[in-house]
Amino acid sequence: MTIKEVQDELISDFELFDDWESKYEYIIDMGKQLPTMDVQYKTEENIIKGCQSLVWLHAYMKDGRLQFVADSDAIIVRGLVSMLVKVLSDQSPEDIAKADLYFLKEIGLHQHLAQTRSNGLASMVKQMRAYAYAFQAVE
Amino acid sequence: MLKTLDITAVRNDFPILNEVVNGKPLVYLDNAATTQKPKQVLDALAGYYGHYNANIHRGIHHLAEKATAAFEDSRKAMQQFVNASSSDEIIFTYGTTDSINLVAQTFGRSFLGKGDEIIISTLEHHSNIVPWQMLCEEKGCILKVIPVNEEGELDMAAYQQMLSENTKLVSVVHVSNALGTINPIKQIIDQAHTVGAKVLIDGAQACSHLEIDVQALDCDFYAFSMHKIYGPTGIGALYGKRSLLEAMPPYRGGGEMIKEVTFEKTTYNELPYKFEAGTPNIADAVASKFALDYVNQLGKEHIAAYENELLAYATQAMADIPGLRIVGQAKQKVSVLSFVMDGIHHQDIGVLLDQQGIAIRTGHHCTQPLMQRFGLSGTSRASFAVYNTIEEIDALISGLHKVKRMLG
Repeated sequence: MTIKEVQDELISDFELFDDWESKYEYIIDMGKQLPTMDVQYKTEENIIKGCQSLVWLHAYMKDGRLQFVADSDAIIVRGLVSMLVKVLSDQSPEDIAKADLYFLKEIGLHQHLAQTRSNGLASMVKQMRAYAYAFQAVE
Repeated sequence: MLKTLDITAVRNDFPILNEVVNGKPLVYLDNAATTQKPKQVLDALAGYYGHYNANIHRGIHHLAEKATAAFEDSRKAMQQFVNASSSDEIIFTYGTTDSINLVAQTFGRSFLGKGDEIIISTLEHHSNIVPWQMLCEEKGCILKVIPVNEEGELDMAAYQQMLSENTKLVSVVHVSNALGTINPIKQIIDQAHTVGAKVLIDGAQACSHLEIDVQALDCDFYAFSMHKIYGPTGIGALYGKRSLLEAMPPYRGGGEMIKEVTFEKTTYNELPYKFEAGTPNIADAVASKFALDYVNQLGKEHIAAYENELLAYATQAMADIPGLRIVGQAKQKVSVLSFVMDGIHHQDIGVLLDQQGIAIRTGHHCTQPLMQRFGLSGTSRASFAVYNTIEEIDALISGLHKVKRMLG
């Protein structure tokens, strides 16, 4: 699936919910389902520090496609992290670098990206793109 | 017998309390971060800009005179608010942080040297830690820290032990922003004075709850911010004893703070102006008087009595939530409730309460060393002001039950 297709699928998933509770319960569920990151990747270099919660991000290439593994110590951020991984992982560095990320806004979760200091999500997206640029340059 | 405040009438003075957040009526419980402003303050700001905006102390025209008079009236209001002996001892700053930095940069750089000791406490906000670390780095002073017990109270025996002839400054918080602890500052000040040390009190969290009398306390400096006392942001004050302020050099150069300028030599203005370089924050200073008048009119003892009722009610109600633990159980507290919930990250609590229109603060509250002391990365904090109600606390409690159900 393309980045656009994954985003559109997430958006249609969220269209099923008509109140904040079921929406957030779904995010919390995704947070719970995200596999715990292997401790060997939970290194100081892989930490993206938010003011309140932490995000870990690890990236590697497989068959010309960039793979992301991520985790967070807060469950809602974990759910959002899992969505970002779903959207951007297993794509070519070129596509990740130029991807238009519109799904959070469409779902009405854009404020979480805007809270740059508190949860580190915006920095995570920046870091994912930085990996994409770096792997593009290597190739 | 205390009169009972008419809280409905009080709430009507605060237009922002009618806001709707995420489809729910706003429940604002983040008052330790900043309080909301009554319409008396909002009107004062609009009144200043709409009717007598002018630069102060210089012009001779009508508007300048009126603005200058209002600005200086606010200084007098602040003087009375903390019971300073003269309005010359009230320096306008942009807030508590600025006031503390002023003392560090002038008193500290002039009178402290290598090996001199500065005592702070584990309860301090970063704004009462970092300026002293910067000074210690520059001057070779030594920073000592009073520990706290499990309840979040200062270890006064340890403090007594720390004091020596090397102690030059004690800088402690009056009321902890993270835990609500009221510190025994009179005792701290008296003991510091026995070894000849000066004392700065960070009053940011105290002024909206407690009576402040700098003469009775005999503190050397007292710092506070208006935005935590129902006033505007970007304005606050440093109280300092006249003899100290006279001895301290100015640290910002510019207009207003000078007596005479030539290229060879500049002489400085008298107190308080020598510390107020440049055009000050006139509008917010002017509106500050209206905030203090508002507090005085309600009466601090009535405000405190009512807030204590809210605190007692909330403390009791939270004890009934399984897995919730209150952090900071000092015997003397203002209306601040810091808590953690088993297995739930504080940020998740904040996000899910926000969805229900409830504003609290989550995180380390700019007190990372204090959080480390309790082995926490952060807490959730609800803090109450005079316009909060029992119904709002009920909303918080049911909100927390919902958080627990969703994350459990």
